[in-house]
Amino acid sequence: MAGIAVSTTINGDHAEFLCHPDETLLEVLRERLGLMGVKEGCGTGDCGACSVILDDRLVCSCLVLGAEAEGRQIATVEGMAQGDRLHPLQQKFLEHAALQCGICTPGFLIAAKDLLAKNPDPTEEEIRFGLAGNLCRCTGYDKIVRAVQDAASVMRGA
Amino acid sequence: MRYIRPSSLEDAVGLLAEASGKAAILAGGSDLLVRMKGGFIEPDLIIDIKAIDALGRITESDDCFVIGAAVPCAVLGENTALRHAWPGVVEGAKLIGSKQVQGRCTIVGNLCNASPAADSVPALVAAGAKAVIKGPAGSRTIAVEMVPVAPGKTSLAPGEIIEAILLDKRPPHSGDAYQRFTPRTEMDIAVVSAAVNLTLDDQGVVEKARVALGAAAPTVLLVEEAANILIGSRVDDSTLERLAEVCSGACRPIDDKRGTVEFRKKVAGVLAKRVALTAYQRAGQK
Repeated sequence: MAGIAVSTTINGDHAEFLCHPDETLLEVLRERLGLMGVKEGCGTGDCGACSVILDDRLVCSCLVLGAEAEGRQIATVEGMAQGDRLHPLQQKFLEHAALQCGICTPGFLIAAKDLLAKNPDPTEEEIRFGLAGNLCRCTGYDKIVRAVQDAASVMRGA
Repeated sequence: MRYIRPSSLEDAVGLLAEASGKAAILAGGSDLLVRMKGGFIEPDLIIDIKAIDALGRITESDDCFVIGAAVPCAVLGENTALRHAWPGVVEGAKLIGSKQVQGRCTIVGNLCNASPAADSVPALVAAGAKAVIKGPAGSRTIAVEMVPVAPGKTSLAPGEIIEAILLDKRPPHSGDAYQRFTPRTEMDIAVVSAAVNLTLDDQGVVEKARVALGAAAPTVLLVEEAANILIGSRVDDSTLERLAEVCSGACRPIDDKRGTVEFRKKVAGVLAKRVALTAYQRAGQK
């Protein structure tokens, strides 16, 4: 394939891929690298299901070109658990039943991870504003907010 | 389609000027990639300007802030000096999209997208911000309100790129503010918006004022008559009533699903009053 050769780091591991110039990072992650945790909801940056952390910024991978990943660090939901040990956010999402259909969940987990990295002790309002770019049509958000609050307190204690 | 990431502005201008087909500048991509996905634009060449070092920085000289064209809006919010000097500009920029979009979107992109409802533009216009433009014929600097000429259209000539936005340093007793009306608090587009920028004298009387309205006409409106009402006042109730009347009268909005002409005119006045008060309070504290 004639394409752009991209060398990048995904969840701490070196990765290389070829992509078309108009291919989004979302398409690359799912279709070329098999990282199916990154979901396509709207494809236009409105729903947050495809959220990843690019260097130190939370972004929608549908609004990033694959070619832009050159030399960058990308974090996806696949990098959150350590082996069999779930990340506190993943554990608390389970305990609080903060998901139903699950399509939005990886995006919420990554967005919440980014939020807590920058603000380890957010108020409920800060969590709601911080996660406003992620849509969930099942839970009504309350369980998600409680799971993030609980995970935050675990992570502060750890 | 080709994707190129030049490392100098000269190379970017050269690529843009020599492009045979349709070329697009990529900074944050939050408009461009959506338009590509929707099939509204099919560029033959994408010029990613984020590898050009100077465009990714906010720098300060003695008399101004220089905000590079590739600086994401999130970074504006993290810049203490800018937030202190221009809280209204920063609050406008921070209203664009979600946190995910904030990490990518830029004020230059917002300006060049040329939407009348662009959230960062009214405050930039009220601030008297300038756009530094580089093109095949050299550099020029123009007022930001001269950039959009109609919805989706700018005054940039072929091959021209906005490299930075300039914001003056502030004299004492200066403040600005921006507000918009949206049905929701997040992730929405302004139905109508207003920005006010004031400088007071030592007695708290308005010495300089600029008033801008968004989503009230095909381009952001700079309303000089409204500024003249504020100048010489202490932003008292009767001044605010006259300000609202003039702002409502200056609007030339459209009727659409987000708001009627009548509603937009009324709310433009209400928002102008609110932001004038906030700007006045901010100016009084500095």
